[in-house]
Amino acid sequence: MNTATPKGGSNVSLARRAWAIRRNALRMGEVQGQGYIGQALGVADVLAVSYFHALNYRAAEPEWEGRDRFLLSIGHYAIALYAAMIEAGILPEDEIGTYGMDDSRMPMSGMAAYTPGMEITGGSLGHGLGIAVGMALGLKRKKNPAFVYNMLSDGELGEGSTWEAVMSAVQWKLDNLIAIVDFNDQQADGKTTAALANVPEAGRWSAFGWFAQEVDGNDMDAVVAAFDAARAHKGDQPRVIICNTKMCKGIPFLEDREITHFVRVEPEEWARALNILDEGKPQ
Amino acid sequence: MSDQELSRRSSKYTPRKAPEGERLATSAMIASLDSEGRDTIAAPFGHALVDMAKDRDDIVGLTADLSKYTDLHVFAKAYPDRFYQMGMAEAVMVSAAAGLAREGFTPFATTYAVFASRRAYDFIIMAIAEENLPVKIVCALPGLTTGYGPSHQATEDLAIMRGMPNLTIIDPCDAVEIDQATRAIADHPGPVYMRLLRGQVPNVLGEYGYQFKMGKAQMLRDGRDVLFVSSGFMTMRVLDAAKQLQADGVDCGVLHVPTIKPLDVETIVAEASKSGRLVVTAENHSVTGGLGEAVAATLMRAGVHVPFRQIGLPDAFLDAGALPTLHDQYGISVDAVTASVKSWL
Repeated sequence: MNTATPKGGSNVSLARRAWAIRRNALRMGEVQGQGYIGQALGVADVLAVSYFHALNYRAAEPEWEGRDRFLLSIGHYAIALYAAMIEAGILPEDEIGTYGMDDSRMPMSGMAAYTPGMEITGGSLGHGLGIAVGMALGLKRKKNPAFVYNMLSDGELGEGSTWEAVMSAVQWKLDNLIAIVDFNDQQADGKTTAALANVPEAGRWSAFGWFAQEVDGNDMDAVVAAFDAARAHKGDQPRVIICNTKMCKGIPFLEDREITHFVRVEPEEWARALNILDEGKPQ
Repeated sequence: MSDQELSRRSSKYTPRKAPEGERLATSAMIASLDSEGRDTIAAPFGHALVDMAKDRDDIVGLTADLSKYTDLHVFAKAYPDRFYQMGMAEAVMVSAAAGLAREGFTPFATTYAVFASRRAYDFIIMAIAEENLPVKIVCALPGLTTGYGPSHQATEDLAIMRGMPNLTIIDPCDAVEIDQATRAIADHPGPVYMRLLRGQVPNVLGEYGYQFKMGKAQMLRDGRDVLFVSSGFMTMRVLDAAKQLQADGVDCGVLHVPTIKPLDVETIVAEASKSGRLVVTAENHSVTGGLGEAVAATLMRAGVHVPFRQIGLPDAFLDAGALPTLHDQYGISVDAVTASVKSWL
């Protein structure tokens, strides 16, 4: 039972928010009969903490100058971010059925021009952290105290440009930059740790000069504590939270399935998954 | 190893025929394009940027370890707190420029043309162009302006960049135009790729009362027999060639096209349609994918059928050596242009 508290005096628990994010994502997957549902279920707890504990934003004013910027590098995770932004009231719930369809504001891969609240166009991996460096520099120029968050995937850490940005963020002492790595050890062709990431992850960020934490990304209390520590840290250095997450988290029959980048879900299984979720609805 | 393989391998190393007369030395990479006995202006890009920046707080400068070689050091010295040395890291320089633009700034990012067009392409197209952000990418060593060989010779940068939607591409001729174009691109709301001549840059267009207008091609001189359609420093070359040809009774017009994209289709079609002239495009770039092919396609689409020739660099990896030697060898020196035109008449 998690004890983590949402911000702003809301009486809706973070567990309930994560449940709603998973539910929104499953409904989008059901519409299309496909989608990156494994990633969305896995990262739902981290997004719940981001949008209902950590980030400053105004739901009705996505471009409010004082907002914390949340940059999604990993365009295919858009289904998860839409699910979170619907729960946050940034996107209307009645557009769930348009996910991935013609004329939708919620395309399969996240793009800034399509979706309110989507800060950047992701999808070409290795871009987000560099853009985050520029935005963090820009906020400092403007003396704007907002944070820049960049959600990356473990696979994206294979891109050399990510490490250019890692070094640059240290060089410019970007204490207003928080990277969130969703480490589910799964990339398109197989395990990330079988490709370019078989080293202690937090250690290499620390070695570059970042304030690094590694947590179980499906342990709400741990994630909350890591976000709090990242924001409160006094060092003039960028911060990273490595979130070890489990693909398909929360739907046991999918968790037990052979996990791949694109988890296959049979047409009748969407309703089954929603039923399982609803049975475990938290307070 | 077979004889055939041996000969293929060694063919690259066959010494070129030595040019007539004295052999020249490859100049240092920082050499300016100033060996023409002309009036020159120092670092026109850097000084224009400094001049604008005093009224515009939004202008910031970034470089990937090449401020001294792109004249951005002039800005860095004047506004050290608005200058970002991003290190030898073009991807993060371009991405960070996009981030700064998102926060309301107008970033000028500099490097060499080879590194921007080849290495940073994905970041320019996705982080900047796809979102139509006002980042200005200003690049030294365009085309054949160094004798260092293919690693530094951006002979295909225009071909690469022309495919990018939303991007405006500028290939200025001289110091006058670099000064004017720098100011114009700062006011342009979208992304720009500008080729740069740095150091002591010739002043050529001053005597023509020229004023750069983004997206506009302009006639610098008229002529009955030949219409040169040129960009970049090739415009100074064809202006000189036109004088040489005049002495031989060949009357040449020069249409200067500093904006490679979007191309001034209207003016190009109108000038090329005037009957009786041989149209000769001239560019400091490969004949593949640059101004010449853009003009050819424009004329074909418009149904303008005229005699057409292209002056440009071959679709090949070029030799190392001294620039005057290489410009003669590859047909973009004044004498080479004059000889080519005469052979076509």
